[in-house]
Amino acid sequence: MSKKVDVNHLAKLSQMTVTSQQAKKLSTGFSETLKTISLLQKLDTSKVSSTFQVTGLKNIFRQDKINQARTLSQKQALSNAKKKYKGYFVIPAIFK
Amino acid sequence: MNLNKLTIKQALEGLKAKRFSSEELTRACLKQINKTNKQLNSFLTLNPKAIDEAKTADKRIAASIKSFKKYPLLGIPYALKDNFLTNGLRTTASAKVLDNYIPQYSATVYARLKQSAAVLLGKTNMDAWAHGSSTETSDYGTTRNPWNLNHTPGGSSGGSAAAVAADQSIFAIGSETAGSVRGPACWCGVTGLKPTYGRVSRYGVIAMASSTDSPGPITKTVYDAALVTQVIAGHDPFDATTSQKPVDIKPQALSSQTNLKGIKIGLPQEYLVKEMDPKAKKLVLQAIDKLQQLGCQLEKISLLDPHYSIGVYTIIQRSEVSSNLARYDGIRYGNSRSHFNYEAKNRVMLGTYTLSTGYYDQYYNKAQKVRTLIINQFNQVFKNLDLIVGPIMPGPALKVGASQASPMFGELVDMLAEPSSIAGLTGLSLPCGFVNHLPVGLQITGPQFAEQKVLQIGHAYQQATDWHTKKPPAYD
Repeated sequence: MSKKVDVNHLAKLSQMTVTSQQAKKLSTGFSETLKTISLLQKLDTSKVSSTFQVTGLKNIFRQDKINQARTLSQKQALSNAKKKYKGYFVIPAIFK
Repeated sequence: MNLNKLTIKQALEGLKAKRFSSEELTRACLKQINKTNKQLNSFLTLNPKAIDEAKTADKRIAASIKSFKKYPLLGIPYALKDNFLTNGLRTTASAKVLDNYIPQYSATVYARLKQSAAVLLGKTNMDAWAHGSSTETSDYGTTRNPWNLNHTPGGSSGGSAAAVAADQSIFAIGSETAGSVRGPACWCGVTGLKPTYGRVSRYGVIAMASSTDSPGPITKTVYDAALVTQVIAGHDPFDATTSQKPVDIKPQALSSQTNLKGIKIGLPQEYLVKEMDPKAKKLVLQAIDKLQQLGCQLEKISLLDPHYSIGVYTIIQRSEVSSNLARYDGIRYGNSRSHFNYEAKNRVMLGTYTLSTGYYDQYYNKAQKVRTLIINQFNQVFKNLDLIVGPIMPGPALKVGASQASPMFGELVDMLAEPSSIAGLTGLSLPCGFVNHLPVGLQITGPQFAEQKVLQIGHAYQQATDWHTKKPPAYD
C-alpha cells in the first residue's frame, strides 16, 4: 500500500474537522496502520466466504407492535436537545 | 477488615447474617472513593441515590431473608462503565461529545442489575468511546493503576478495573470489543470475564464495534464473576443478537467442581508471542502447570499467529466505529462533531477509508474472510479440546504515555484477546503472579456459551492459589 490516503477527503466524508497539524499526524498514522494490516494479504482466502456476524442467528423478527415501556414522550425525547421549537428538534438548514 | 474489601460472596454472607447493613457497605465504598479518586481518577460521576438504594436494600433484607432469592445481588455496591446508559444519570463514554448527556432510558445490563437490587455507586472512566487500551484517550484525564500510579490501568474499562483493584467497589461492569475487560483486569490484578458474543445484551451500551461488543463483569474472584454474569446474561428482546439459549451459569456448582480431571486444555504456541515479557511468560507457564496439577490434560496446539488478528480486528473495528459514530450530530442530544478527540478521528476516518468503494474488497472483505479462517480453526481445535489457555497481555501494565507510541497502540497490546473476540468466544482473565510489583494474567478461552466451564477451571485455580487475594499496598 504505497498510495497516500487523502486525509482531507476522508475528513469531509466522515464530517470531522481536522487541523493541518492533525492531518499531518493522521496521514503518517494511516500509512503505518495500512502497512501493518497489509500482512493479511499473505493469507490465502480464495476458498473461504466472509463472516459478518458470529451468532448464527437468522431473520430475528419482533411483533409489529408499539412497546409502551420503551416509548419516549415528546418531552423526554426533547430533553437533551439544545435547540427546539414548539416541541420539535431544530436542525441545520439543508437548502440554501 | 474494611467492608469495601469484601468480595460479593463475602458481602452477601455478611448481609444475610446481619453483621452489617448495605448502607454501611455502601458508605465504606464511597469513603474509599472519596479518599482515593483524586489519585486514581476511576470514577467520573457518582450516583447521588446510592445511599437511598442501599437503604431500600436494607428494608428488603429486614422484611425477609427470602429477599436474597428474589434479588440475587441485594445491597451489593458496584461501579458501571460510563458507556452503559443510566436513565437520569449522566453518561458520557468519557467523550466531550456527550459531556451533558442525560439518558432517557437504561441499558439492559443496568436494568437487570437494578432488578437484582445491586447498588450503583457511579460511572467509571474509560477510553473515550472505548477507543483504546490505556484509558488515556478519555476526555476527562487518564485513570491510574492502583499498583503503581505511573502506570496505566489498561483499557478501555480502566476505571472499572482500577475501582475493583483499589476496593472502591465490590465489583464493576466493563465492556469488551477486544480485550477491554480482560486487559485492564489483568493489568490491575483482578478477574475479568468476556462472555460469548450475544450472551449479554448490548442494548443501551454506547456502540463501538457492534459485531464484537460484549459487556462483562470485573470482579475480585472468579466466583463473583459467575454471580454477576448469571444476573446480566440472557436473551433480551431489545437486542436481536442475544441468544435464546438458557443461561447455564451456576456459581454454586463451582464449589463442588474443583477437581479438573479429564478437562483437556490447549496452549497455542503462537500465542507466546515474541513481544512477550520473559518473566510474565514464565508466570503464565507456571499457572498452566498448576492447572495440570489440578487434573487438566495439556496439549500443545497450533493456531493462526495472533499478529494476523491485529489486522482483522483493526479493519473490522474501525469500519464499524466509522458507521456507529456517524449518528452523533449534536441535534437530539450531545455536542457537535467538532468535539470528537484525535483518537475518534483516527478510527472513524480510517474506517471510512476501509469501507470505501475500491478498497472494500482489499480491506473490509479481506478481514471478514480471515475472520472465517480464525473461526474455522477454533472450531477445529475445540473438537478435541475443552479450553484454550495462554497469556492475555504480552506483559505487565505499561507506563502512562505508552499509547503515544503507535497509532495502533490498542490493537497491538490487545493482540492476544483479539482472536477470541473476532470469533465471539468467551474468555476469562485472572491474576497469576507479579513482575516488578505489577500483576500478570492468565487467559482461559472457551467455545461459545462455555462460560461455566471457563469459570470452573478459573475458580479451581483460585482455590489452589492466592494471587487474586493480593492487594495494591497503597490501597490496602
